[in-house]
Amino acid sequence: MPLLEIKNLHVEVEGKKILNGLTLTIKKGQVAAIMGPNGSGKSTLAYVLAGKANYHVTEGDVLLDGASILEMKPDERAAKGVFLAFQYPVEVPGVATMTFLRTALNAQRKTRGEGELSTPEFMKLVRDTSAHLGVNQEMLRRPVNVGFSGGEKKRNEILQMAILRPRLAVLDETDSGLDIDALQIVAEGVNRLRSPERSMIVITHYQRLLNFIVPDVVHVLAKGRVVKTGGKELALELEAKGYAQYVDEAA
Amino acid sequence: MPAVQETVEQVRRIDVDQYKYGFVTDIESEKAPIGLSEDTVRYISAKKNEPEWMLAWRLEAFRRWLTMREPTWARVDYPKIDYQNAYYFSAPKKNALASLDEVDPEILRTYEKLGIPLREQEILAGVVRPEGERRVAVDAVFDSVSVATTFKAELKKAGVIFMPISEALREHPELVKKYLGSVVPITDNFFATLNSAVFSDGSFVYVPAGVRCPMELSTYFRINEKNTGQFERTLIIADKGAYVSYLEGCTAPMRDENQLHAAVVELVAHDDAEIKYSTVQNWYPGDADGKGGIFNFVTKRGDCRGARSKISWTQVETGSAITWKYPSCILRGDNSRGEFYSIAISNGRQQVDSGTKMIHLGKNTTSRIISKGISAGKSNNTYRGLVTAHRKATNARNFTNCDSLLIGNQCGAHTVPYIEAKNSSAVFEHEASTSKISEDMLFYCQQRGMSAEEATALVVNGFVKDVLQQLPMEFAVEAQKLISISLEGSVG
Repeated sequence: MPLLEIKNLHVEVEGKKILNGLTLTIKKGQVAAIMGPNGSGKSTLAYVLAGKANYHVTEGDVLLDGASILEMKPDERAAKGVFLAFQYPVEVPGVATMTFLRTALNAQRKTRGEGELSTPEFMKLVRDTSAHLGVNQEMLRRPVNVGFSGGEKKRNEILQMAILRPRLAVLDETDSGLDIDALQIVAEGVNRLRSPERSMIVITHYQRLLNFIVPDVVHVLAKGRVVKTGGKELALELEAKGYAQYVDEAA
Repeated sequence: MPAVQETVEQVRRIDVDQYKYGFVTDIESEKAPIGLSEDTVRYISAKKNEPEWMLAWRLEAFRRWLTMREPTWARVDYPKIDYQNAYYFSAPKKNALASLDEVDPEILRTYEKLGIPLREQEILAGVVRPEGERRVAVDAVFDSVSVATTFKAELKKAGVIFMPISEALREHPELVKKYLGSVVPITDNFFATLNSAVFSDGSFVYVPAGVRCPMELSTYFRINEKNTGQFERTLIIADKGAYVSYLEGCTAPMRDENQLHAAVVELVAHDDAEIKYSTVQNWYPGDADGKGGIFNFVTKRGDCRGARSKISWTQVETGSAITWKYPSCILRGDNSRGEFYSIAISNGRQQVDSGTKMIHLGKNTTSRIISKGISAGKSNNTYRGLVTAHRKATNARNFTNCDSLLIGNQCGAHTVPYIEAKNSSAVFEHEASTSKISEDMLFYCQQRGMSAEEATALVVNGFVKDVLQQLPMEFAVEAQKLISISLEGSVG
């Protein structure tokens, strides 16, 4: 059974139709890139998977392990293993990053009926994970994303992903706002998490990120549906020729 | 249902379902005739068997009050109060009790329901708790009279006087006469003057020189009777080198009519003395549409009269329909210190206008203000503060930090700081911030696995932790619970 099946998905945001019969299947362990021009519905797809309010599904379904998740709250989906690395991570003033991580992890474990992690277990997990991502103790003491640089915010997203160990990670334009060094650190963090048990959807405008996170499959999105699917070479082709032909086709 | 709409609906449902203390105790009471006149004042004074000077003092206040106008400068909006349509004195029948056993069992049950242990043995049983040896002496005020004070004997051994102020007037008239009105004079303001005329009970504390009060002192105020105002008067004196920590808690039944609460608290700290005064205020806030609730107009002031004295106010304000309250410090003694730590939460249609005044008169006086306002629902929350250094207040120092947190889109947070320095050596710092628990922030937390309630609690706890740390330990846990209850249903 595929991990994720998106069937003929139609989504409206504030009365405007954004997704128009999107169909997509993600296999277990697969890394799928989703590319497309501005306004093609990439971020909408990410938010709908995570369950953001005001994204109204008017038709179609989203199945995780064969069961629909559309009626689930965002936190229930998270406990099932859906993780979204935000394009614009949100600031949470007054809450230390370490506290945030621990609250999130324990909340997920509680929902799944697992026990809370002890303090030493948790500290060890964070220490081991953060070192690879160049996240130091000082950053973990700061309030979540408050005053973080663009690179720090994205590293923090990947750190959360590494701690929460999702089964489906959706990376929404994780490359935006990163210089090449920061991009490499983030990509290495993501690659370290590739596993037969974990699928990823990597959303990006640019082929550049895919040099570092090499996808198994590339889907092109235009006007709210998948218009082309291919191997990693498709990304190079898009880089050379642009999206124009697909946008016209979809219209 | 989309979260925004859900939020709106949940906010609509709050308060009514969540105010846990809204029950009424069915008990016979003895009331003064309705309305307010010199006769009412005489009635109260006679009921209390007060000395002649006390009646004269009350009457002077009453005559003064007749010439005064209700202040309108606060950012609160409420229907005109009809002062003639209220009872100014209500007491459970058969008072003058010799011991706790004579207290009406209905009243004891009320306090039990509220989680206030009045029976000393119950408190003593609490000592077995692993955390420690700390005990709390309680004075319980039911409507207009004090019904029970615990641990009197043990406090007496330490030389500490802790009793209802009506009793102190009989047993220690010289102390009451010396200090009453010396911090908040009868002419002070409309509500304080009204209180001076009709106050019925409250607590009196005197800690003699050099004594560290052996336990926390606490007064629990309960309004039960309908259409009754509560006017309590608290007077705390810490003599040279003394220390006392005092806590007050308040609740009232749910009623459709508004009820008036106009208290006065006076603190006096002599040389090297320290008073720590904590409040957990949870009067009935009214229903979700703003019907009913307590009008809380309170004057609290501490006088750091002696050198190196210290007064610290900590308040957690979650109740009342209207809150009008500015616990202040007069830093008269050289090197004295004033502190104000506040968490003010408003939800539903509550209106809060609260803050502090730090009046620097002596040399090298310091003050610190940490105010955390949380607004949710359709409420309005105003911080109003004055920091002032007079001409002779050389080297006055103040640090103010004033943060507001908004939950949802229909509430308001306002900050009105006044800063006056008449001495060029004064250093005043003011920091302020406003943040919001937005739908985006909640979604971010939920995406990581937290429920909306867990996420809100996480952010709120982070926001208030600096102030909660100031509360005596046994009340900090209580206050934290109260905060989460007051904010329940404020997010979708």
